[in-house]
Amino acid sequence: MAAQGLKKTIVLKGIGVSPGVACGKAFPIDHRPITIPYIEISDRDFLEKEVARFIRALDSSTAELEAIKNKLDAEEGIGPLIIEAHVMILRDTGFIRSTIETIRKRGINAEWALELTLSRYRDVFGRMEDVYLKDRIRDVEDVVHRVLRHLLGAGGEAISDIKEEAIIVAHDLSPAETVQMKGKNILAFATDVGGKTSHTAIVARSLSIPAVVGLENITKKVRKEDKLIVDGTSGVVIVNPDQETVRRYEDKKRHYRILEEDFIKGAGLPAVTKDGRGIGVGANIEFVEEIPSAIYHGANGVGLFRTEFFYVNREQSPTEEEHYEHYRIVVENKDIKWATFRTFDLGGDKFISDPRLAEEMNPAMGLRAVRYCLREPDIFEVQLRGILRASAHGNTGIMIPMISGLEEILEVKKIIEKVKDNLRARRIPFNEGIKLGIMVEVPSAAMVADALAREVDFFSIGTNDLIQYSLAIDRVNEHVGYLYRPCHPAVLRLIRYVVEAGHRAGIKVAMCGEMAGDPFCTMLLLGLELDGLSMTPLAIPLVKRIIREATMEEAKKLVNHVMGFDRTDQIEEYIKDYMRRRFPDYCAVADVE
Amino acid sequence: MRVVRTFTLKNALGLHARVAVMMVNTAKQFSADIYFERNGIVVNGRSILGILTLACPKGGTITITAEGEDAAGAMEAFEKLIESRFGED
Repeated sequence: MAAQGLKKTIVLKGIGVSPGVACGKAFPIDHRPITIPYIEISDRDFLEKEVARFIRALDSSTAELEAIKNKLDAEEGIGPLIIEAHVMILRDTGFIRSTIETIRKRGINAEWALELTLSRYRDVFGRMEDVYLKDRIRDVEDVVHRVLRHLLGAGGEAISDIKEEAIIVAHDLSPAETVQMKGKNILAFATDVGGKTSHTAIVARSLSIPAVVGLENITKKVRKEDKLIVDGTSGVVIVNPDQETVRRYEDKKRHYRILEEDFIKGAGLPAVTKDGRGIGVGANIEFVEEIPSAIYHGANGVGLFRTEFFYVNREQSPTEEEHYEHYRIVVENKDIKWATFRTFDLGGDKFISDPRLAEEMNPAMGLRAVRYCLREPDIFEVQLRGILRASAHGNTGIMIPMISGLEEILEVKKIIEKVKDNLRARRIPFNEGIKLGIMVEVPSAAMVADALAREVDFFSIGTNDLIQYSLAIDRVNEHVGYLYRPCHPAVLRLIRYVVEAGHRAGIKVAMCGEMAGDPFCTMLLLGLELDGLSMTPLAIPLVKRIIREATMEEAKKLVNHVMGFDRTDQIEEYIKDYMRRRFPDYCAVADVE
Repeated sequence: MRVVRTFTLKNALGLHARVAVMMVNTAKQFSADIYFERNGIVVNGRSILGILTLACPKGGTITITAEGEDAAGAMEAFEKLIESRFGED
């Protein structure tokens, strides 16, 4: 976390035009020239020199494009038509004549005349109704930029410099640029402008790489080598994400890869086992932009709405109103049957105003989540008010992270009562019966689950932290990462205990860690009698399909069997083998490792 | 010699970039002057931007004028190209 601390995390939202997730380093292509000089010239001879300079720039631009075309011809047999179209624009008599006449008549330099020609074409294309044709102004712009570069003696194209895996960041990508990317290892596109039909979008889809366009100013916010996450499904780009976020998206990526069209077809069907047990399948999301994808992939609700990004990279904490408006969008969606908002799981390091907390040695075990909320109840209350107010519009739950014992939840309940009183006094509506739950992710909470169950309405087991804490493994530490094993017998016993304790108290127990979305664990989790599973949207179709084809009887048998093993590898082997035999079709696709 | 004919574009996208490139390449094979006209706007048949700015949609009509020795041959070539729907299916 310390190394990351130097670079600010930024979240940018645009339009996802080609689905999928990519994590990698930014390669910005800055082809927006450059300030265009304006020079008035009265001397006729000098004006003729400008004309000659313009013609030379046309020639060298043409030569440059011909060279690209020849190279691509040689590689692929036939060169891309788009380069040919650009050469034609360079030789277009109307285009050339208009620019030369402008130089002469207006008495100005070639660059400025060229810019005026471009703006004339912008007018003409701007009036067109056909979206596709309208977009062709991009080709004119691209050609003009090329000529300007030659006029101004600016350097060659950056694309040829791409050597390793890169996420292309640009104002916009032109066809001529994208064809030059062939054979390069491009992971994704992220651009300032564009729409679903823009060239960048079409190329990204044809290359099957994620793309987000319409980010407005990503070129100003990203520098070369910045780490980026591009989520082309929800249209979100995260600049300089922390390790935990990277991990989450790597998981998403993996699910994306194994997701086949065929699975999506049944995604809307209910998650009910053959012997009639229904499982609440929810999505883990953190941006409202992800809701359409969650619904498309078959989520019935939002089992975990992360709220941390709400606080990241801003001067002041979000207001009650912002929280409310944001959460309301989620709960009002008619396809979302329930939404569980996790109160922010952040430490003092995210609230820069508090330097006392910045030097913590081990942030994972430090002052964060509910611990921080109880220390700074004012910040906490603002968010609680926002969630409570959203509850007036739909089925809403509050979920508290990092609870380690009874005192904390009692303290939280006091604060919630206070917030409710405040809302009642202000005559602001909220759902009096709003459900309160906790993340069970600290081993001590798991061990006193029986006591905690009497105080809350639901549990959600957060396996990522539960595994990390109970096995004492920092999962981002590459030296010990191999010890991070969800099927460790200790983990399974903890899960079983939490479920039993919850059910004895008559409350529902769900799971929202990565394990919940791992198809290899689905039978195991069914057998452990979890009531709900919440996962990254892309994991839902496959997990639901396994649930629909399973019976509780066989799932429980599987659990009884593996609980008899003492070793993690025995459990893992048995489950893998079992799943491969039981669901050969799905496991063939899912077995990517 | 001067030949004038009006065509209806039946291909899926109308006069888009790929089609414009093919039109220009066809015009370049002949020495005749070639003009495209639509809604009173006349453009040079060798100007890709001119052709694009006609913004002719699917089902739209354009009038082609060819003037010069090989005008008839040029018109025949355009007819073939347009009737073949520019090789689209």
